[in-house]
Amino acid sequence: MRSEPVVQVQALVKRYGTKTAVDGLDLVARAGVTAVLGPNGAGKTTTVETCEGYRRPDSGTVRVLGLDPVRQAGELRPRIGVMLQSGGVYSGARADEMLRHVAKLHAHPLDVDALIERLGLGSCGRTAYRRLSGGQQQRLALAMAVVGRPELVFLDEPTAGLDPQARRATWDLVRDMRTDGVSVILTTHHMDEAEQLADDVAVIDAGRVIAQGSPEELCRGGAENTLRFTGRPGLDVASLLKALPADSSAAELTPGSYRVNGKVDPQLLATVTSWCAQHGVMPDRISVERHTLEDVFLELTGKELRS
Amino acid sequence: MTTSTGTYTPKPGAAPLGRMIAAQAALETKMLLRNGEQLLLTVIIPTLLLVLFSTVDIVDTGDGEAVDFLAPGVLALAVLSTAFTGQAIATGFERRYGVLKRLAASPLPRWGLMTAKTVAVLVTEVLQIVLLAVIAFALGWSPQGNPFAVLLLLILGTAAFSGLGLLMAGTLKAEATLAAANLVFLLLLVGGGVIVPLDKFPDTARSVLGLLPISALSDGLRDVLRNGASMPWGDLGILAAWGVVGIAAAGKFFRWE
Repeated sequence: MRSEPVVQVQALVKRYGTKTAVDGLDLVARAGVTAVLGPNGAGKTTTVETCEGYRRPDSGTVRVLGLDPVRQAGELRPRIGVMLQSGGVYSGARADEMLRHVAKLHAHPLDVDALIERLGLGSCGRTAYRRLSGGQQQRLALAMAVVGRPELVFLDEPTAGLDPQARRATWDLVRDMRTDGVSVILTTHHMDEAEQLADDVAVIDAGRVIAQGSPEELCRGGAENTLRFTGRPGLDVASLLKALPADSSAAELTPGSYRVNGKVDPQLLATVTSWCAQHGVMPDRISVERHTLEDVFLELTGKELRS
Repeated sequence: MTTSTGTYTPKPGAAPLGRMIAAQAALETKMLLRNGEQLLLTVIIPTLLLVLFSTVDIVDTGDGEAVDFLAPGVLALAVLSTAFTGQAIATGFERRYGVLKRLAASPLPRWGLMTAKTVAVLVTEVLQIVLLAVIAFALGWSPQGNPFAVLLLLILGTAAFSGLGLLMAGTLKAEATLAAANLVFLLLLVGGGVIVPLDKFPDTARSVLGLLPISALSDGLRDVLRNGASMPWGDLGILAAWGVVGIAAAGKFFRWE
């Protein structure tokens, strides 16, 4: 989806005292869902909070919906929705009370009752915010970010600490918003979340973007993916290679054990099995090893994502 | 793949400013009144002091009815409890729990939030003053003087205490604010001419205590309501000075998160 960037960050630097949290970061996010992925302390929250207008860049420029988030805050704020990593609600307020309040600050809010129903917040009843479960607090914060019908929503670790069911509900909401034309920037350190939701992923480490692209591009980009099978020894590898797409490779590693490298997709798998069928080969123990974002991250940084 | 239902189709926009501030003021007032500990400071303590010291002769309040001395002091205490103590504690915890931060990302401008907080304080004060006045009348209170002077004193007192309360809430940790705001409340209750006349203190202490905003407010209210003074300029001047200093310092040093 090519369109005007919703977020444009150029050479952003942000320091706290002597610690450099963001170190010359460039990021362009377009319409759709963009995941900002990285380990704790990589600079995700600082980057997002700079886009939200909470922090002034030490240097570099930030534009959100074409606006300067600090100088043009008054114009920008009604157009964005913000979910903080935690808190943001009066400790004595009830969930529905707070959500209705945020709705009142907007000109054309969503139907609050429908949103409460959708996110399962009805069960909060008359309980004060401070006594809600972590998951309920997270879902309320999410509801507060979307209730004003924004063009762009920032979600800072929206599913951290959620049980699988609540996580799924959050994902579904993000997908529905995307379908309805809302752009979403979310931070996460869950690979599967980025793979499931994002049109575009920016991998951040030590205050910089070290890779950006669609999940498929990123998984293809690092080391190639691999397909392995075993068959009778001495198959004509050159003939197999001819059947494969141009950027593939194939080799007999040990007698009877074969490896194909390339863009491993259903088409490639079909090509290999039909070649085997033509040559009367039964491919035993056929397996594909697709790289996940997790592998990509490990290759790029040498670090585990969840440190 | 989901199909678009249009539910979330963007339609952004801020509500009209007046509506935002009204909604925020209503919520702030609700939060203030819902807090049990705050009600102890804002309602129960002033009421008890008024009733107890008017009916039992514990402190020598000088000539005339005790209630005529006490009612102005307790009204000053009511303003102190809401504009300073209550507001400082509530705002300190709102800052700590990211409420101020989250609202800063909403369409409501920061000055709108502060206006709403002031409205909430004023609404609470009106409720306190009505309640305390009813009790004082029942105890035989006969107020004198210029109502406009009373109003001016209350407004300047609110400004002075709000500035100082927000300064504290915006610079200290929430727990420190909680402790300090309660301590200050207690000290000013004793040393600010609320129930103990300032002339009970030694001269040097008295001249310093007389410059405190609580003393200026209780003294000014007493001058008007008991003695029928038309306009207590000295006390108004002290309150105005505290108001300017407090609000300017809060504006400069307040941290939103």
